Amino acid sequence: MAETRARPLSPHLQIYRPMLTMLMSIAHRVTGAALYFGTLLVAWWLIAAASEPNYYGAVQWFMGTVVGRLVLFGYTWALIHHMLGGVRHLIWDTGRGLGPAEREWLARANLFGSISLTMVLWIAGVLLVGGAGGR
Amino acid sequence: MSLRTPLGRVRGLGSARSGTRHFWHQRLTSVAGVPLSIFFVVLVVSLIGRNHAAAVQILGSPWIAILMLLFILTITYHMQIGMQEIIEDYAHGEVSKLVLLIANTFFSIAIGLASAFAILKISFGV
Ligand code: HEM
Repeated sequence: MAETRARPLSPHLQIYRPMLTMLMSIAHRVTGAALYFGTLLVAWWLIAAASEPNYYGAVQWFMGTVVGRLVLFGYTWALIHHMLGGVRHLIWDTGRGLGPAEREWLARANLFGSISLTMVLWIAGVLLVGGAGGR
Repeated sequence: MSLRTPLGRVRGLGSARSGTRHFWHQRLTSVAGVPLSIFFVVLVVSLIGRNHAAAVQILGSPWIAILMLLFILTITYHMQIGMQEIIEDYAHGEVSKLVLLIANTFFSIAIGLASAFAILKISFGV
């Protein structure tokens, strides 16, 4: 019987050095999936607004708790990050931005943009509510 | 020998049994999704401090309601296509893939319909 040699396998995930462009690609999928389930929150909020004031108040109360705020913060960041990542995809669809330097630059802009925009939005939101404890 | 054209033979193949329609619609809904998502985030932030009556008044005004409907329809269609792509990448059994694809379609339609119903109910005030 012929000796069994380990057959060559195509390289899989764990063989690559983590790179920013790769992480951003994964982040696009993960944020997309998170937003998918996040639409449950959007629908819940809209249904509450279409119901009586007490129910809406309860949803607002939940969104005001630490857990609620964390979920909302995550949702905001995911939406902005995924949106900017989507714009990156649309740029690539035109055949532009695919060079090594541009890819790196776009990945950085994606991450930096989503974090700073989320911060700006939340600071604006907290100012509108008038302090972290507001409803 | 087959009388089918080369195009006819490959149509309806691929893991989704469809051609580039999903690819194109994913792009369409992405382009529409950029302004609509920005609108949605701004709307939510502007509603933060308000009570039910104020929120209903704003959500029920025609332009806001129309934009919200567009946002909901765009993202539920977009996410249905997107999740289908994820399922096709990771679900390898034919049965489990089919079950997940069905669940994905049901979920997306249910979310879209429930949200649209809520927006219309707020607008018409019944
Ligand atoms: C709440 C809103 C959204 C949800 C629930 C959502 C969901 C998803 C999901 C589940 C995927 C599949 C991910 C993958 O295949 O890796 C996806 C892909 C995509 N999304 Fe979104 N998305 C949303 C908003 C947006 C917006 C605003 C844009 C704007 C540009 C966008 C652009 C894209 C693009 C271009 C892809 C395809 C990526 C690829 O070809 O790999 N999405 N989205």
